[in-house]
Amino acid sequence: MFAQDFVRNAYLAGTPIALACGLVGWFVVLRGQVFAGDALSHVAFVGAIAAAVFGLDERLGLFALTLLVAIGIAALGRRAGDADDAAIGTVFAWVLGLGVLLLALLATSASGGSGVTVANTLFGSIFSLSAGSARVAALVALAVVAALAAIVRPLLLATLDADIAVVRGVPVRVLGAVFLALLAATTAETTQAVGALLLLGLIAAPAGASHQLTARPYWGLALSAAIALGAMWAGLAISYVVPDLPPSSAIVGFAAAAFAAAAIWRRLLDDYINQRHLKR
Amino acid sequence: MSPNQTPPLSLDLAADVRELLQFPFMVHALEAATLVAVLAATVGWFMVLRRQTFAGHTLSVMAVPGAAGAALAGASTALGFYVACGAAALAMGGTRRQVTSRHIGESAIIGTVQAVGLAAGFLFLSLSHQVLTELETLLFGTFLGVSSSQVLVLLGVAAAALCALIAIGRPLLFSTFDPELARARGLPVRALDVAFLLILALAVAATSQITGALLVFALLVAPPATAQLLTGRTLAGLALSVALALVIAWLGLAAAYFSVYPAGFYTTTFAFAAYALARIARAMASRLRGR
Repeated sequence: MFAQDFVRNAYLAGTPIALACGLVGWFVVLRGQVFAGDALSHVAFVGAIAAAVFGLDERLGLFALTLLVAIGIAALGRRAGDADDAAIGTVFAWVLGLGVLLLALLATSASGGSGVTVANTLFGSIFSLSAGSARVAALVALAVVAALAAIVRPLLLATLDADIAVVRGVPVRVLGAVFLALLAATTAETTQAVGALLLLGLIAAPAGASHQLTARPYWGLALSAAIALGAMWAGLAISYVVPDLPPSSAIVGFAAAAFAAAAIWRRLLDDYINQRHLKR
Repeated sequence: MSPNQTPPLSLDLAADVRELLQFPFMVHALEAATLVAVLAATVGWFMVLRRQTFAGHTLSVMAVPGAAGAALAGASTALGFYVACGAAALAMGGTRRQVTSRHIGESAIIGTVQAVGLAAGFLFLSLSHQVLTELETLLFGTFLGVSSSQVLVLLGVAAAALCALIAIGRPLLFSTFDPELARARGLPVRALDVAFLLILALAVAATSQITGALLVFALLVAPPATAQLLTGRTLAGLALSVALALVIAWLGLAAAYFSVYPAGFYTTTFAFAAYALARIARAMASRLRGR
């Protein structure tokens, strides 16, 4: 399997992307910002279409637009750096409306090929990454991980107890905005691998599973990253073996299965503990 | 009408309306948009109040697995919509109970349900080798293909969903504002929760057939959110929300008819403009009051 170039590229890009999704996702779930991640993922789609219309590099459109909207969400929000759901929903509905306009422009422009661009952006095409773009994707994902590691302690404090963080002199608002920017970079990055519509699974599911299993922050972060990584590797492998199964679907499927298993395990454990208390 | 030729827009409003209504496809589209606007704005008002916007969006993208699954199974697209939305509503309502003892889990569950639904949709698409231009229509809607029988189905769905909402409206409001007290009074808070998700699923599935799955929010979120910025009263808010949605839907269709750009662009833009204006008006009002 690894004799094939496209498989090596997929693993090269997929591994750091999964790590970034698992780590960033753990904070996203803890901070209750999954909807913001969802909005950013759809914005990423519009960014890619915009890049196609104006003949720019796809990644430029992805990163520029997601970062812009992340800053917007942070600006609309209150102290913790998140806007309310209705505001996010209204803004991203409009951005998607702009996307429709761009699609119409793309259809009438000479470049054509809109169907392929749309499908790739929506659902990802990790097996068609070139060696160069796989390397860039890996580097960007590693940069996101490094940036998150640099702010992890103040971000934890700001998330778990914003009041104490303010008293301690932690710049809570700035941290919130920086975190949204990291989330934006992650979504822009992951769009290339699993697609704008499916990347939410890689952000929410491993993190959700991890939060079911442990409340300890560093264990949780590590576990979330490990589950995302496992889902990525297993998904790539199985979709290589079964050609009809798209890699994005397989990756999200494994991540969701991990979440379901973790939730069931948690419930059994809770029941067991309750029964032991009753016996005493 | 060729795509490069737009109908003439005159300054005479009556002539414009006559021009708009001369084709049956436009009349059907306007009828469908009217039904959908009333339904979406009413159900959406409750959704925004309950802070279930994310759940609403998750239901709206279930159009992808719904339509792709229907194509694979050879069923009608509309049926696929309703089945997929209903299944997702039950999945979210049913699993919430398992995990909400830890507050953290809820948005992760909704996100995972959404991703699983879309992953399944993508799998169905690749299994049925469907043409991807249909995917664009699915996500961003088309109002040109609405038939009179579709309008009738929409009428039935809208009537059923609104009747159900009226039936549970009062207890639903009560349990939204104060779930603890509602539970203490013996209201079935959890059943109300699932019932509302199912009504929301109906509304979303109906709306997405007209606006497209990704643009449902133009009618489902923006008008109610605007109304709630402007008034805190229940009936006035609902009425305002419906009025805004109707204006947005009609203006959006009319603008699309008289230009070359798609209706989805116009409806979302008008919806966003209304919301932005309401926010600015509110900010100015509170500043004036402060002085």
